[in-house]
Amino acid sequence: MSKAFTPTAARPGVITANDLREGHNVWMCDEGWTADPKRATVFEDEAIAEIALLEAIGQADRVVGPYLAEVRRGPDGPEPTHFREAFRQTGPSNYFHGIQAEKAQAANV
Amino acid sequence: MFDIRPVETDYVRHRAQQFRDQVARRLDGSLTEDEFKPLRLMNGVYLQLHAYMLRVAIPYGTISPDQMRMLAHLAATYDKGYGHWTTRQNIQFNWPKLVDIPDMLDDLASAGMHAIQTSGNTIRNVTTDAFAGAAKDEVTDPRPYAELLRSWSTDHAEFQWLPRKFKIAISGGSRDRALVAAHDIGLRLVEQDGKAGFEVWVGGGLGRTPMLGQVIRDFLPEEDLLPYIEAIIATYNLSGRRDNKYKARIKITVSERGLDVFKAETEEEFLRRRRDFHGADREALAIFKDRFAAPAFRNAGSDGYQAERQANPAFRSWADTNLHDHKVDGYASVIVTFKSPGETPGDASAEQMRLLADLAEKYGHNDLRISHDQNVVLPHVHKSDLAALYLALREAGLATANAGLTSDIIACPGMDYCALATARSIPIAQEIADHFRAEGLEEEIGKLNIRISGCINACGHHHLGHIGILGLDRAGVENYQITLGGDGYDIPAIGQRAGAGFPAEEVVPAIDRLMRAYLEVRESASERFLDAYRRLGPAPFKAALYPEAAHA
Repeated sequence: MSKAFTPTAARPGVITANDLREGHNVWMCDEGWTADPKRATVFEDEAIAEIALLEAIGQADRVVGPYLAEVRRGPDGPEPTHFREAFRQTGPSNYFHGIQAEKAQAANV
Repeated sequence: MFDIRPVETDYVRHRAQQFRDQVARRLDGSLTEDEFKPLRLMNGVYLQLHAYMLRVAIPYGTISPDQMRMLAHLAATYDKGYGHWTTRQNIQFNWPKLVDIPDMLDDLASAGMHAIQTSGNTIRNVTTDAFAGAAKDEVTDPRPYAELLRSWSTDHAEFQWLPRKFKIAISGGSRDRALVAAHDIGLRLVEQDGKAGFEVWVGGGLGRTPMLGQVIRDFLPEEDLLPYIEAIIATYNLSGRRDNKYKARIKITVSERGLDVFKAETEEEFLRRRRDFHGADREALAIFKDRFAAPAFRNAGSDGYQAERQANPAFRSWADTNLHDHKVDGYASVIVTFKSPGETPGDASAEQMRLLADLAEKYGHNDLRISHDQNVVLPHVHKSDLAALYLALREAGLATANAGLTSDIIACPGMDYCALATARSIPIAQEIADHFRAEGLEEEIGKLNIRISGCINACGHHHLGHIGILGLDRAGVENYQITLGGDGYDIPAIGQRAGAGFPAEEVVPAIDRLMRAYLEVRESASERFLDAYRRLGPAPFKAALYPEAAHA
């Protein structure tokens, strides 16, 4: 599990949590929190990441359980390195529900 | 002190209102998450991988048509149109918003339902045989005792903060169908000198340290049920470990302290406790026995059933597989499996729930059960109604003739939903079911019990599967360990690990090799895989799973 993960330049990370009111997965971004993991702020410095994590923990009126998760940089933004985080970014594999469905819906609007 | 609460609706509504206030205080910042979490867990609210999850109690798996419609309403209104039957006879909703859950609890309360004690370190849902009150081999109907235990344990002040969660199962059949040996306390109804009582098991459980329970009392008279159970749990409450979550279940308490020590302490506590019970428990039991009186069974012919069996091979196949012997002539219990090929084990849509409610009213004496193997049972159906029932089920995709067969797989939600999971369960179950049905091997293989868990906590009861599959994270890749020889029923046994785990894509080929090896070595079609495994030992089956090692 990635909860004790600390990012470095070689192994960058993002901060992720669940939305308090609705429960869906969110990622810390420059403007606050986003449901789009590709827009997450990428941390490469342990100290900066830990300050940001403390800031996230301080936003308990907005999110639940923030933690640092490892990513790699991809052409469209950060990508998960572990399958658990990959599932959190898409949704379950038995139904087209969760973030994958919301993305598809947004694309069709 | 035990007291009867004849009408609990007010209490359930009160608890729903309390939770509404707690959510409001969490949202306005008066409660921190650390303060709120135990409160939400007391009401069955988890935070999972993608969303909140609400687990609703279905006491001993018994549910009325109107309550089933309420579950359908929740699925359609607050979720994505479906719910998931659990291995403890409850239902889980995977997508509720926290802000909607107080409304869900209000709606549930209006149908006499709730989510109290479906989580937390308390006494959880008391489970039993899905064929209770109907099975031909039943000694005594376990439901009045299950209701007594439910009523007594709900909000029991002393047992709200046990060292760990606590699960009780009660079985009334001459054959155990409630997994008595795998529970913190297991109760088997037995008779001695014409008196009803219990064989009491203690200290069973699965999870990371699977253990079968041990008999702590050969015969407990029924009137001593509550004081004795209270004595066991009070003893555990004091002596159970609180320093280590993984050593906190009663199975560890009993195994570390020894059954003799634990029994001596329990018996001493029992003598003290029994003095405090002044008969209210026995009065309640008498009331509950009346409440669970048998329905007015019909005395009608079943010629139509026999004729339809002759005329319709698909119906005959379903009837041969999905019916269970009923104690009343002319009746059968019907297993509606939620294991159709390609579907998620245990998932039911709102439409399916509504249909089952209608069918229970039309053909099933208004009775429905959720079974621990994630199916639904109509316990009382007259055989003359089976053909019509089958047709209605088939139109809804609910007439798969696979109860107890290869594709009737028990699977936890795994990493498709669960925050604790280390790998997915559902796709593995789907692939195995699809494969064996496509190969046409399911009927030939016969009775087979496959169980899959997506982590070591074993919600899929993989240790009790003839074939158990445990999903793990091996260096960032899903990997599946196979156990063989488990049994939750006739001769309880914990399955033994066969060897190294398999990557996801190699699980189906491995199970395929295993089944073909079994078909080669079995003595007759009636020798199940488990029987052949017991006769021959693991060697031929390990050789099938690991052919390279066998030839090395």
